[in-house]
Amino acid sequence: MSRPEYLAPPEIFYNAEEARKYTQNSRIIDIQVQMCERAIELLLLPEDSPCYLLDIGCGSGLSGSVLEDQGHYWVGLDISTAMLDVAQEREVEGDLMLADMGQGCPFKAGSFDGAVSISALQWLCNADKSSHKPVQRLYKFFSSLYACLSRSARAVFQFYPDNSEQMELVTSQAMKAGFYGGVVVDFPHSTKAKKFFLVLMTGGNVPLPKALGTGEDSQGVSYTAKREKLKNQRGKPLKSVRTWILEKKERRKRQGKEVRHNSKYTGRKRSGKF
Amino acid sequence: MKLLTHNMLTSKCIKGVSVGYPLKINASDVKETEIDFNPEFVSKMIPKLDWPVLYEAADSLGKVGDLPKNIIENFENDEDFLKKVHHIMLEVEIVNGNLICPETGRKFPINNGIPNMLLNEDEI
Repeated sequence: MSRPEYLAPPEIFYNAEEARKYTQNSRIIDIQVQMCERAIELLLLPEDSPCYLLDIGCGSGLSGSVLEDQGHYWVGLDISTAMLDVAQEREVEGDLMLADMGQGCPFKAGSFDGAVSISALQWLCNADKSSHKPVQRLYKFFSSLYACLSRSARAVFQFYPDNSEQMELVTSQAMKAGFYGGVVVDFPHSTKAKKFFLVLMTGGNVPLPKALGTGEDSQGVSYTAKREKLKNQRGKPLKSVRTWILEKKERRKRQGKEVRHNSKYTGRKRSGKF
Repeated sequence: MKLLTHNMLTSKCIKGVSVGYPLKINASDVKETEIDFNPEFVSKMIPKLDWPVLYEAADSLGKVGDLPKNIIENFENDEDFLKKVHHIMLEVEIVNGNLICPETGRKFPINNGIPNMLLNEDEI
């Protein structure tokens, strides 16, 4: 499937028809809700306390509904009028606003207790107009976002980076704007369930939260770094030992080199006379 | 658009605008909705609010009622006061009108409750 970012700019791609489709598709709703719940989890908001949050690229307010369910108040930004109209029809409680995140967040300093964004950030990496410079737009967005968050607040972006350079670009601009943090990849071994969350923190360098689906409890193949490490700890067998010689012969055989066959004399200790 | 959002909104994204706060309200259509009262949230937001701006905004919409001009002391325990703030902050909505940048006079139209904060290319 080709990416929607390549088809048209967001304000044109999400027209009335696309906005309606997006909001009626139960699969999309499920995924959006799940991702938003995970994003809120990553925000580490104070428990049982209503917060004032910013939803960037709120679209039809699917993610906003999740915020409402958890008792938070929110303000949503989006560039697509059609999507906002659908949100208005759904009577979401949050306040909506037509704005382009590449032009910056138009709020006074320290307004919000946190920011979430579900599947929106990748749109910022495209230049849809001749005046658009993605690097500048990203920087402007992150620096203005940094200003409008209260200290110790976090911003969590679920996004679909096209390649590693794009991820690098987004992260580096966020760091340049003053954020700490990085990308948390949930279910890194699954092509479908794999999700990228850019977790940005304003107050001090705290270790990044753990990604889901990387531990041993996951169904996929667990990451092999641990085994690699164990192997290194064991170290290579001593060179004079028979096992090492056999290993080396095996290795050279695999490389297609001429190797003497193994016998009971292979790697035998020399007698003391020698 | 709620007055809470107005209290946070600036026009500083326009090139050459340094503060861009507060935005003037020119409302042609205002409605009042009903939202569940959450005293914890209201008392949490009061220190963040720019009170004179909220008062001014409520006054310009004619919804100020008997809202005090200054924040009262010990507001956390005064439910009556919190309810008034809750009403002004969350239940009064501007449906149609304009927001006006105090420095450049640029108008941001509000249609159907959604302010249009998009800027033209030459304003960035």
